[in-house]
Amino acid sequence: MTQQGVRWSVDQVLALAPDSASRKAGSKLGAAGPWSGTGSSREGAVWGLCKGSGSTPYRTVVDVVGGSGAPGPAYKCSCPSRKFPCKHALGLLLLWSGGEASVPDDGQAPDWAEEWLAGRRRTQDEREAGRAGSPSGPADPEGARRRAERRAERITAGATDLEERLTDLLRAGLATAEQAGYGLWEETAARMVDAQAPGLASRVRELGAVPASGPGWPVRLLEECALLHLLDRGWLHRERLPDALAATVRTRVGLPSSPQGPPVRDDWLVLAQYDRTDPKLTTRRIWLHGAASGRTALLLSYGAAGRAPELTLPVGLVLDAELSAHPGTGGLRASLGEQFAPPAPTGVRPPGGTTAEATARYGEALRDDPWRESVPVTLDDVIPVPDGDSWQLADATGGTALPLTTAARSRPGLWRLVALSGGAPVKVFGECGHRGFTPLTAWPTGPGNAVRLC
Amino acid sequence: MNTGSSLPPPPAWEDLVTAALLGTDRRTPPGAAPGRGAPSALLDAAAAETVRRRAGLRPGPAAPRPRPAPEDRRPPLPPAAARRLALLLADRPGTAQGGRRGTTPDLVELLPQWLSAVNERGFAAPPESLPALLDAARARTDLRPAALRFAGPRALWLARLNPDWRFALRASPGGGTALPGPQEAGRIEQLWQEGLFAERVSLLAAVRARDPDAARELLEATWPTERAEDRLMFLDSLRAGLGPRDEPFLEQALADRSRNVRATAAELLSALPQSALAARMAVRAGACVAVDHTRDTPTLLVEAPHECDAAMERDGVSPNPPSGRGERSWWLGQLVEAAPLAGWPARLGGRTPEQIVAMPVADDWLGELHAAWCRAAVRQRDPDWSRALLGPPSAPGAGGPGAVSLAERAKLLGTLTAPVRAEWVAGFIAAHGLSEAFQLLGVCSVPWAAPLGRAVVDALNIARDAGSYPWSFSGVMGLAERCLDPSEAVRLDALLAVPDEQEDASPGAGGYWAEAFQRLCRTLRLRAAMTAELEVPA
Repeated sequence: MTQQGVRWSVDQVLALAPDSASRKAGSKLGAAGPWSGTGSSREGAVWGLCKGSGSTPYRTVVDVVGGSGAPGPAYKCSCPSRKFPCKHALGLLLLWSGGEASVPDDGQAPDWAEEWLAGRRRTQDEREAGRAGSPSGPADPEGARRRAERRAERITAGATDLEERLTDLLRAGLATAEQAGYGLWEETAARMVDAQAPGLASRVRELGAVPASGPGWPVRLLEECALLHLLDRGWLHRERLPDALAATVRTRVGLPSSPQGPPVRDDWLVLAQYDRTDPKLTTRRIWLHGAASGRTALLLSYGAAGRAPELTLPVGLVLDAELSAHPGTGGLRASLGEQFAPPAPTGVRPPGGTTAEATARYGEALRDDPWRESVPVTLDDVIPVPDGDSWQLADATGGTALPLTTAARSRPGLWRLVALSGGAPVKVFGECGHRGFTPLTAWPTGPGNAVRLC
Repeated sequence: MNTGSSLPPPPAWEDLVTAALLGTDRRTPPGAAPGRGAPSALLDAAAAETVRRRAGLRPGPAAPRPRPAPEDRRPPLPPAAARRLALLLADRPGTAQGGRRGTTPDLVELLPQWLSAVNERGFAAPPESLPALLDAARARTDLRPAALRFAGPRALWLARLNPDWRFALRASPGGGTALPGPQEAGRIEQLWQEGLFAERVSLLAAVRARDPDAARELLEATWPTERAEDRLMFLDSLRAGLGPRDEPFLEQALADRSRNVRATAAELLSALPQSALAARMAVRAGACVAVDHTRDTPTLLVEAPHECDAAMERDGVSPNPPSGRGERSWWLGQLVEAAPLAGWPARLGGRTPEQIVAMPVADDWLGELHAAWCRAAVRQRDPDWSRALLGPPSAPGAGGPGAVSLAERAKLLGTLTAPVRAEWVAGFIAAHGLSEAFQLLGVCSVPWAAPLGRAVVDALNIARDAGSYPWSFSGVMGLAERCLDPSEAVRLDALLAVPDEQEDASPGAGGYWAEAFQRLCRTLRLRAAMTAELEVPA
């Protein structure tokens, strides 16, 4: 794999933008006009001077490669913007995506850019050296153990408390939940936060929304209450569970996990990347598929309010890197280790299956993690088909189909998928679960690049 | 089945739900003992059942599949152009910043030009871009024809699945269903007899485009039974491909019950210089205008009609003038407008159109007469008369609204060939500056011809030196960004720097002008890049 000619698409660059205003501002700057002194290096750095309203142009530099321990692109710009990346960084990357005519290859970074790039390399080296020097463990193992014990006790108290509330509810009947309203659940969720069990807290909060979720809510409420009860019981009896299931319970309750598996080096195809934003936190989920290992892995990355999560991997590219799996929840969650090259274009597509195989895989995943909402699957040769007010993905041959989730139906990505298909079979990657299928990325049957749907 | 097991069968899910809804105090859940442990037992059973139900999920039956989209045989966009499209569509309307526009090009303004360039080259749109294209076309009606053409057959297929894009079906002939081909006489007949009004209008237009006579015959067959408004619309579609063989039908329509239909038929006939109506109008108009040789210079004498008789009315002359206009001049105007221009030289002593237009006119009739000739020149698309009526662009009268208003001048220019038009407007700008030029520039073909572009840049330069602010010229500046030939960018180099502030200039104007010229220059370079991206490497 050579690094030259590895330039991202417009779509991939625009996916970096923290918000739509930045997308707009960035695309305006993606023209040759205000830029001068642009260049890029073999090592994956891109730089340029952008003329703004002032007399001195802004100095913008992007490290596209990232490096071990500091993945994804990193940005530096002399503009005063608090957006990250700023519109200049986006504009520069757009210009770079346009090809060698606008941003030449193989350049030597100017001093101001080189300084920052060298600084980054130094910290990376130090970090690596640090990792090699003291391989594991915090400075005070005894203190850490005591802190962990205290937290487990608080979670146990929270889970016991929650059990009582659930049994009270079932004793009085779910019908009362409709009248009790949202406040009851908000208060319980707050108690779970106090108990340092964020996983329980968010499940409780979702519980509160169920009675207002339309017809069939009692069934959904019973399901969610029962699964929450199952999680409580799992936590309270975790020492009697098999290791993997106990790890899943710990993760579901909300304890942080760290990668344990040995690093697996592979060419990881970036299947999908999407963000969930709530007022305090943006959660980015990135699905990868290993060409050699055949494994599918999930990377999570977080950004505080107003900032995009730092890790960005353009959909459809392939990444030569090491991944380490986290314990529990079916082994899907992983952490990104060393990257050996920047993401590169590829013709590789993930292998797929039928709709029946997708639901079977979800069923199997529940064995390891009964709380799982969905599993990542690729469907081969499916056709998006309108079904009344809804949509489904139907096998091109055979008469079965998966309904799309409510969320997927209201996204613009649905129409990109329908347009891409044009009534013909396509390959679709997405999440398949008890609510239906959420398409995330699609490939045309003929030649063509991956199309983002999320 | 697991008959050997001693486990009891799982309780039915419905029974669990019922017990949960009512509460275990009122309903003991299946398989549990009443009392304190009942809620917990119910939750245990429900958890097992929930996981079991989820694990057992199977795909459902497939709904009937949509018919696949018709194939788009056009070549795909080159990769660089596909990237450009993504950028242009990402910069959607609603982004207009107030006040100063800065130095960066306005991508939204370039989308129409980009679309017409891809359409000229016959590229197909990338399928995944169709939703964004349809949304853009929905938001901007001016984009619709070009965007829908580029979007192609798959977009119409898509529009049938999404009510938000219904407009695409209305905007496209046949509403996206293929119109019958020339060989399908039966389907044509059926669609004409039974189709909805919009379908019939599209059908008539399509048939007219390939066989004018067949379209007229289709219309003749059902003419007496059509409603008046429909007759008017159908008649209007004969404008395309109008020819002498339409005359008998149009003559007959002159006797129509509807006044509007009669007027349209008369208008169409008057655009056929060989028609009997045109000849009748020539006689009537000719009787009103004569050369008076008794004066020092030959002068045109005008004697307006004294009445609007039934025959005139039948030929489409409207008898009642709008308020504020005299009856006789109103009738005269209509006669001269409908009379073939080619008849005037013979009638007026063998003079050329230039000589006729230059003649003095007695008794203040000049304005009325010239205005009517202008309308006739536009209707009959007569470039000789248009040139004569426009006069030389540098003439003092051309600078302000005289006998021929700016709007009329723009229409007259429309009858000239593109180079002649550009040359005239360039001359006009050189003599009169930019303040009146906006409307005239709008009818010039894009990119502007070299002399016209030069005239505009020179005039902008002069306006800058005169010390005003550039936003007084923002309309022309915006046009220049879209219409100036990209190769003219080099000519702007001298204008990009901020000049020294002059004492009498408006404060800061120099900087704003430099900014405006920088944006103009960047936009031109961007347009050049956009065009280059559309060239397929050999």
